Amino acid sequence: MTTSLKVLEREELISGSEAIAIACAMADVDVITAYPIRPYDTVMQFVSKLIADGTLQCEYIIAESEHSQFEIVKHASAVGARVFSGSSGVGWFYAFEALAVTCGLRLPVVAMVGNRALDDPGAFGCEHNDALAVRDLGWMLRWVDTAQEAMDAAFTAWRVAEDPRVYLPCAISTDGAFLTHSQQIVQVPDQRLVDEYLPAYDRGDFVLHPDNPITIAPQVNEDWLMEIRRQTDAAMRRARDVIIEAHDELKRIFGRGGDDPFIEEYMTEYADVVLIGMGSLSLPLKVTVRRLREQGRKVGFVRIKWFRPFPDIEIRAALSKFKAVGIIDRDYSLGSPDNGGVLYTEVRSSMYDADTRVPIVGFIAGLGGREVTVPSVIEMFDEVQKVADTGNIEQHLIWIGLRD
Amino acid sequence: MTTTNTLPLIKGVKNAPLEEYFTSGHRTCQGCESALVMKLMVKAAGPRTIVLGSTGCMYVANTTYYSTPWVVPWMHTQLGSSGSAATGTAAGLKALMRKGKIKDEPINVISFCGDGGGIDMGLSAISASLTHMEYNHLVLCYDNESYANTDIQASGGSPWGVNTTFTPPGKLHRIMNKRWKKNMAAMMAVGHPGVRYIATGCGSYAVDLMNKIRKALELGGPSFIHTYDPCPKGWDYDPMYSHELGMLGVETGIWVQYEIIDGELSLNGPSRMIERGRRKRKPVYDFLKRQGRYAHFNDEDVDYYQAKVDEMWEKWWLPGILPIRPEEGLQPTHNLKNE
Repeated sequence: MTTSLKVLEREELISGSEAIAIACAMADVDVITAYPIRPYDTVMQFVSKLIADGTLQCEYIIAESEHSQFEIVKHASAVGARVFSGSSGVGWFYAFEALAVTCGLRLPVVAMVGNRALDDPGAFGCEHNDALAVRDLGWMLRWVDTAQEAMDAAFTAWRVAEDPRVYLPCAISTDGAFLTHSQQIVQVPDQRLVDEYLPAYDRGDFVLHPDNPITIAPQVNEDWLMEIRRQTDAAMRRARDVIIEAHDELKRIFGRGGDDPFIEEYMTEYADVVLIGMGSLSLPLKVTVRRLREQGRKVGFVRIKWFRPFPDIEIRAALSKFKAVGIIDRDYSLGSPDNGGVLYTEVRSSMYDADTRVPIVGFIAGLGGREVTVPSVIEMFDEVQKVADTGNIEQHLIWIGLRD
Repeated sequence: MTTTNTLPLIKGVKNAPLEEYFTSGHRTCQGCESALVMKLMVKAAGPRTIVLGSTGCMYVANTTYYSTPWVVPWMHTQLGSSGSAATGTAAGLKALMRKGKIKDEPINVISFCGDGGGIDMGLSAISASLTHMEYNHLVLCYDNESYANTDIQASGGSPWGVNTTFTPPGKLHRIMNKRWKKNMAAMMAVGHPGVRYIATGCGSYAVDLMNKIRKALELGGPSFIHTYDPCPKGWDYDPMYSHELGMLGVETGIWVQYEIIDGELSLNGPSRMIERGRRKRKPVYDFLKRQGRYAHFNDEDVDYYQAKVDEMWEKWWLPGILPIRPEEGLQPTHNLKNE
């Protein structure tokens, strides 16, 4: 297709949740399950309106719990239906059993996580511990930073998850409030572009149907579980190449997606110190980087877009260029090595075999939806600069923006 | 998937279909009545059926990797997910058929659970599945009155006083299970007025059970059947008596056989005879004494058990079904209209 993109897009002022709801309609999703919890539930409010207005045709089931939400789409996916669901915070945890088995069953469920702090005490604001909790199980995890990226990531999620080389579930993390409730300008593509990018879901020989009378997930015990886990592992490894293909196609068809499928580097050229983070943190980070660059400081920002599969190759290549880096975690991992956050530990682990092992500092910031401000970003850059200047890490992990 | 399969009633055991869709390949215990329920269930439903099985003995003992007794497509679901599995499968099929992505044809969807998975953990999902009237499916709860696969632990379906590995009789407490069995099928019927078919059944009455499966599937919408399955391992008796114990459970009035079609209740078999006064209930002692799980009962316990069963038949508004009594002067709705 060579038609001009300008003709085939319309601009809309919408939230990340609405962007994903529109993506559901354009992807012709077959089964959607909803259950209320803030802030992800906004996507289902838009989904239900699209159904009521006839824009989206699907089986729309209001479940009685998050566990049922994810069990229902899991089973719909097994008979060959394209599915979508989502949750936030403790709701995602209520579904945990269903989330775990979806990976083992190799079912391409696509979910939106409106990232939210876990109870107790109650907090509506953004934290990444909800989605990160499934990081070991076989979920592909994507973090987005704009409503536009949320929409594009949704199309990519179905494309990659439903690829027979992968057949794994994929969760799109949209920061609670910052992306679920804030509106931004989004280029909504023409249906023809989406159809070109996203092939139909074909379950092939694994479809559950009377014409294909297979038995799915019998008891395996110690006889076969290791081989089956290894197959799931192989699928996650193959996902890397499938994501790269999808990224190239997204660029070709929609003209978007950035330079690298896995990470975004922002003003990292000739940078001495960079901060690394995920999600909507990128806004205060980019603003601060621009300001500090104006002052002549060699700073930059790296945003991680895919957490699973983790971009270890890209991280090694990117970070080795710098004198020191800081990892910003909007999460915690209490009792972990050097008390670092999840992202800190993963990045540090990726760098172990790097030719140049850059010094790394960890920061915990923005928990419970607390705003990560420009001054707090400057504070983090200053800390990393100190390490770059002295080559000495005094504190592995610093909590930023805490009251005394 | 707006239509359902046509499944004519089976008139007598000689007219039952010869084809089996639950065959060799399982390793259930000798005398397992739940395995018989599985066999009758798919025999009645036929080949155009998808079966979902939640965790329990009918998962673990039936389906071991590289062998399967299921001739029809079968998929595991989680312990508390029989309702969600039924809804999800039926919804997926309906969406694909409506959009022309697969052939539009009637496909039976049956999801089964044990008493632990159904009466305890899966209760809310089964309840939810019975509210989605646009999907055709049957949830079948095979009730052997304990977590019989795990190690015979007490469930919400276990009877009062029973010896399980979580409620063993001891020196201080002879009776550890002080809970009375939940009234599952009636709870589903009362709580979900739109459901077209709800029934209880027992493998000892095989033709009756097969016909109940057929009625549930043919009537369409969500439906629910609760079966009473003697378990040699959990109930502690010689496997050769499974069939007899099922009958004794019904004849003593402990288990009530009934069906509710579009809100109309009828009792079947011996339960009907008892209710009509054409047959006397056998003493519960005849049933209890045959099983090791009640070996610790003394006379007082047996009397208490008998009194509770008597209450079911003599005090409940509907015998063995509705455990409430109207206050004096409270009339059924149809009587009010006549005034």
